[in-house]
Amino acid sequence: MLTKPNFTHAALVAALACAPFAAEAAGPDVADYTLPNGLELVVIPDHRAPVITHMIWYKVGAADETPGKSGLAHFLEHLMFKGTAKNPAGKFSQVVARIGGQENAFTSQDYTGYFQRVPSDQLKTVMEFEADRMTGLRLTDDVVLPERNVILEEQNQRVGNNPPARLTEQVDAALYLNHPYGKPVIGWRHEMEQLSRDDAIGFYRRFYAPNNAVVVIAGDVDPAQARTMAEETYGKVARHGAMLPRIRPEEPPPVAVRSLTLADPRVEMPSLQREYLVPSFKTAKKGESEALEVLSHILGSGSNSRLYRALVVDKQAAVMAGAWYDANALDYSKFGVQAGPRPGVTLPQLEAEIDTVIAQLIDKGVTEEELERTKTKLIADAVYAQDNQASMARWYGASLTTGAGVKDVQSWPDRIRAVTADQVRDAARQWLEKRRSVTGYLIKDVSVRAEKRS
Amino acid sequence: MNRFASFLLIVAALAAGAGTASAMTIEKIVSPSGIEAWLVREKAVPLVALNYAFHGGASQDEADKSGTANLVADLLDEGAGDLDSKAYHERLENHAIELTFQVGRDYLHGSLRTLNEHRDEAFDLLRLALSKPRFDADAVSRIREQELALLRRDTTNPNDLANRRWWQTAFHGHPYGRETKGSLETVPRITADDMRNYVRRVFARNELKISIVGDVDAKTAGALIDRAFAGLPAKNDLKPVPNASPTGLGRRIVIDVDVPQAVVTFGGQGIPRHDPQFMAAYIVNHILGGGSFTSRLYTEVREKRGLAYGVSDSLVWFQRAAVMLGGTATRADRTADALSVIEAEIKRMAKDGPTPDELVAAKSFLKGSYALTLDTSSKIGAQLTQIQIDDLGMDYIQHRGALIDAVTIEDAKAAARRLYGGNMLVTIAGRPKGLTSSGTTE
Repeated sequence: MLTKPNFTHAALVAALACAPFAAEAAGPDVADYTLPNGLELVVIPDHRAPVITHMIWYKVGAADETPGKSGLAHFLEHLMFKGTAKNPAGKFSQVVARIGGQENAFTSQDYTGYFQRVPSDQLKTVMEFEADRMTGLRLTDDVVLPERNVILEEQNQRVGNNPPARLTEQVDAALYLNHPYGKPVIGWRHEMEQLSRDDAIGFYRRFYAPNNAVVVIAGDVDPAQARTMAEETYGKVARHGAMLPRIRPEEPPPVAVRSLTLADPRVEMPSLQREYLVPSFKTAKKGESEALEVLSHILGSGSNSRLYRALVVDKQAAVMAGAWYDANALDYSKFGVQAGPRPGVTLPQLEAEIDTVIAQLIDKGVTEEELERTKTKLIADAVYAQDNQASMARWYGASLTTGAGVKDVQSWPDRIRAVTADQVRDAARQWLEKRRSVTGYLIKDVSVRAEKRS
Repeated sequence: MNRFASFLLIVAALAAGAGTASAMTIEKIVSPSGIEAWLVREKAVPLVALNYAFHGGASQDEADKSGTANLVADLLDEGAGDLDSKAYHERLENHAIELTFQVGRDYLHGSLRTLNEHRDEAFDLLRLALSKPRFDADAVSRIREQELALLRRDTTNPNDLANRRWWQTAFHGHPYGRETKGSLETVPRITADDMRNYVRRVFARNELKISIVGDVDAKTAGALIDRAFAGLPAKNDLKPVPNASPTGLGRRIVIDVDVPQAVVTFGGQGIPRHDPQFMAAYIVNHILGGGSFTSRLYTEVREKRGLAYGVSDSLVWFQRAAVMLGGTATRADRTADALSVIEAEIKRMAKDGPTPDELVAAKSFLKGSYALTLDTSSKIGAQLTQIQIDDLGMDYIQHRGALIDAVTIEDAKAAARRLYGGNMLVTIAGRPKGLTSSGTTE
């Protein structure tokens, strides 16, 4: 997921990708409406502070780009700040700043989101601006071309300057043989350099419409009032007549164990990343995604996880080891494993240790104690999430743009509670199969001596 | 302490409405053992969030053992009392209790988050971590290896290289010039005794700032605070840290590393938190390079020229020094352009100050956005602890708006001259075209 301006915001939104935000008790209070023009509105009341988080999520992301135009969804996200016929460039941001608000935007493979956090009496103001730029964007090369340089600098900052991020790009590209999830959200540089104003406007006209968006409002607002304001702002925007279903090319069955090595002269800490192709919440059978969630925690979250205990504590082969799973995806999801060796341990040795841990888990399953501890933690996260209106809004938005509904979000703690030890072992057995995976090594490139300059 | 005196004193209570609607009430409480804390009762979510700080952060490290406080913070939850690392973590996880420890230059900050039903267990575990950390040899070795791996990684990370060199140069020979996380030379030298010594000197009841937010009344909050902190020594034993000003101003230092994008850190003299010009400087800084999409640096460097993804500067203040510090990252062939735009904007701000319109807009932003820093229990706790550290008073949230409003355009211009009128120290990691190190070593 990519955010518009500074790197400080990146962590905030990136946390969403693998964290299971959930709220147990917030369920009954959440209002869910659909306006006549197809726009979905979700309201999560939280009256503790006089502020609101207003987000619009478009059901379009990098995976919806035309081949050859990688980075376009994210480029458009940047260009959405360049003004409309009614509100010239900078006006929206100036107004948000003047009322003491914060704003930002982000792009993933499946969605593009924009948000403002403002005093609650300013909700309608930001809704008016956001509704205006849903169809009113005006772009000229004067603003498009400098912004293209900005996204190229963003690519440098996130990927070019960052060897582990370069490895992730390569692993993703190798994991997907056919599906567009293999392209980086930021794009490939050679394609980013060619993106034009017309590309951006074409993409915008195709995907930005009320019947392709979800507005999520969390904070100090009454749902009925929010609905009225939405009708008076977003409700005026015409429905898009030809919104096509989101059907992307499917993956063939994975048949080959894949491995790759990226050598970079700047690597001082080698590492290993593995990704397995697994189902998302949307594509999984009932209970399967939840079992993968629990599995990822037992295998690799925290210092009592299987991987950390075995690799870092007992064998002393690694300085770090972990696993993750990201349930929010419209099509496939990834289950990741990563580790960094202690000095003197090779990456193949480390990989062998990882394989041993996974084989044991598949063979013997997980203990009741591990299962309970993990569920307690995940269900508590649901309560903690309620303390943060912005987290709640992001969690609903990411779910609703990747094929889940409000009820699915609300039932998350119950679904986690229902996971059994057998389901976790079965998930490991079925999905942590090496042929479903790509393993990437990041090593130091010693073939080129760094040129010395003073 | 009088064991029969189980009284709890509510010294004062203040309503701190950050604007409209709901108002947050801060109570100053004193625990039965005499520890002071600020409490905000919040019943909406069944949790307790504790935030606290001990005076004495990384500036207490010996010069040849920098990274000691940081290693302590890493190891506090790696075994305490009768519990080894595994058992301790199991107790935390079984109850979904979250503990964090983080070291800054002046303070060691901690937080605790727990569901209401597990709060006694949570505060017991915190007491063990603070009063009986074990520093078992295997845990120390494991965590040290992790820190060393990260430090090795940092040796080619341009962000870290630029930042580290800036602080080393600006505060050469002073504790603030040393990295909080230490270095590849110093971290291997740190012993378990060094860490025990740090704990003994720093973890004490005086100069302890505590904020507690959650579904808890004053009496219970006082009891919880005593549960965790009452057994600590009455007084800390800190080494004095001398006052300091950044040096090396006027220098530019280029650190060679083969990356496509050069990372730039720039900064100079700042303004102390209690200086009469602080608020004016804070506003002016926001106008020049604060974190919104409307600052001058953002507009000139990013919006108009597309030279960088991010550019900003901020005021940073410690107990013994204050700096203005900013940064950007930009392609090697345009680094010189980006830097000259930044320098020109800084000069222009020093010379002319902000416009009246900019001042009005900035005031409006800074007042309005404050509520956004107070919308979760954890954020409220962190904010209240910082207000205590800065010694701004319990009513600060109430009168902060008036302090902002009181700044005139003349005040802002004077603050701009002072803040941006001097020379800067610039460090650049990468291969910026046409830029070399310049200026003399002081």
